[in-house]
Amino acid sequence: MSTPLNHDPKAPVSAPTANTVPAKPAPRRPRKNTTTTEPLWVKWTLLTIALGFIFLFLVLPLAAVFTEALRKGGGAAFEALKEPDAWSAIRLTLITAAIAVPLNLVFGIAAAWCIAKYEFRGKAFLTTLVDLPFSVSPVVAGLVYVLMFGAQGWIGPWLQEHDIKIVFAIPGIVLATIFVTFPFIARELIPLMQAQGTEEEQAAIVLGATGWQTFWHVTLPNIKWGLVYGVILCNARAMGEFGAVSVVSGHIRGQTNTVPLHVEILYNEYQSVAAFAVASLLALLALVTLVIKQVVEWRFERDQKAAAALPPERPLAPTLPVAAAQA
Amino acid sequence: MSTLSIPRCAPRRVLPGFKLTLGYTLFYLSVIVLIPLSALVFKTFTLTWDQFVLAVSSPRVMASYRLTFGASLIAATVNAVFGLLVAWVLVRYTFPGKKIIDALVDLPFALPTAVAGISLTALLASNGWVGSLLEPYGVQLAFNRNGVVIALIFIGLPFVVRTVQPVLEDAEKELEEAATCLGATRLQTFWHVIFPTIAPALLTGFAMAFARAIGEYGSVIFIAGNMPMVSEITPLIIIGKLEQYDYAGATAVAVVLLVISFALLLVINALQAWQRRRNGAQS
Repeated sequence: MSTPLNHDPKAPVSAPTANTVPAKPAPRRPRKNTTTTEPLWVKWTLLTIALGFIFLFLVLPLAAVFTEALRKGGGAAFEALKEPDAWSAIRLTLITAAIAVPLNLVFGIAAAWCIAKYEFRGKAFLTTLVDLPFSVSPVVAGLVYVLMFGAQGWIGPWLQEHDIKIVFAIPGIVLATIFVTFPFIARELIPLMQAQGTEEEQAAIVLGATGWQTFWHVTLPNIKWGLVYGVILCNARAMGEFGAVSVVSGHIRGQTNTVPLHVEILYNEYQSVAAFAVASLLALLALVTLVIKQVVEWRFERDQKAAAALPPERPLAPTLPVAAAQA
Repeated sequence: MSTLSIPRCAPRRVLPGFKLTLGYTLFYLSVIVLIPLSALVFKTFTLTWDQFVLAVSSPRVMASYRLTFGASLIAATVNAVFGLLVAWVLVRYTFPGKKIIDALVDLPFALPTAVAGISLTALLASNGWVGSLLEPYGVQLAFNRNGVVIALIFIGLPFVVRTVQPVLEDAEKELEEAATCLGATRLQTFWHVIFPTIAPALLTGFAMAFARAIGEYGSVIFIAGNMPMVSEITPLIIIGKLEQYDYAGATAVAVVLLVISFALLLVINALQAWQRRRNGAQS
């Protein structure tokens, strides 16, 4: 068989020739590993199928949102965005995200700190519980708040007496949004902080820093990219949540309608252009989210590489004994 | 990890804030997640066992389970196959626009489900770009069960890609070279060397896509047609019962969904532990 033991000097890249002539590159093929790539036709077939799948399931739906919105020209789409109901939906969505994201941010940092930096009994179980909202159906997430605060719920009667509305009002929408976006930031931070260990923080504490100083000056710079990453994903989900919010909102136009719910109402009223015009706002938000996410990933990788290229104290260790031996 | 056997004693905790952060974590977790979820469980206790069984096993609800689980299974399987393929292409090949494609894979995470729902419906309806092409052949993808499967494929797409991709990136090329040197064909190398390495990640991604598909609501309801007994998913049954003020019935079905998602969460955790063990053993 055509094993690398071949003594033909014109054979495609093989280890022996590369060893004997180190200065000269291999004769024809610059490719490194011909042994671990597929035949060209296999490669092209796989690429075509994969890209075709991506095109059908990702590119087409995204393109459809914008074309459907512009079906009757930019003016018609713009009109739909100028409606007062659309504006109040946008305002409510922004308010909801502005409450839900910071609350989950604080929780995410607290949970990641205690889970990543300490060992304690039941830690694995706690981590599972933090992940729980991810696997609960959004509809069930909405339902639990109706059962708690609804007219027939646990504290519903008490709330009615005191004239507090939670379900079918803004607080319910915020609560349901917090529930479905609950794990996003903690999820990003826990593995990151676990990987970084506690040495740097311990050093800071030993050198006399307070807990807050350690957090601000040591931990935060280390986790900043993970934090941004978690926040934008959390924000995208908070602004786009549909199922859970739909259960608790009560669908009162102009009052308890978020942007996704507004899209649904317009769509069900056969106002297709208006529905897609508002939907394209959400699609733009998704695109912006993807771009920021990509940039954060690049910055994170660059920081990692920079940290790897510049090892702080380790290289000094081997040189010291050598110097000592020479002296 | 290695400090596991060392008995815990106070001076070892140099870092401050353990009590504060753990306390806050437990408080917030209880208020937002645990107490509301327990409300769900307690509400079911207001039903007798017979009422509960009746609520969760009426013919219409049973039909919705069959649809939800069947469609989720098909969608997760399609995602496993194509997700593996996409991960492979993204890791092993270079082609123009690769970075854009890589970023685009996360679109289903970022795009609100309602938007995905109406956009897929617009594509697949008989006057849409794809629907109009298929209509002459008598293929209908929107407003029936096919639509449910397609929406669920869209929703679960990133899970398999994102779990398999890092494992493929870390896979050692030396093993494949060794297999080739020992005379294995490329296909044999794939099945006996590469596939066992990525199998745990692939299964994890499959389970995640499946779990997500079972609870999915927003994208499905627009495209499903929502005919009772035919194309009505389980989450929609819950909404329907709620709209008729049948809180107990809605809760009973919700508990069934909740128990299933709990079970799936445990399966996913076990799969991830398996993956860590396997990858740890290799390096």
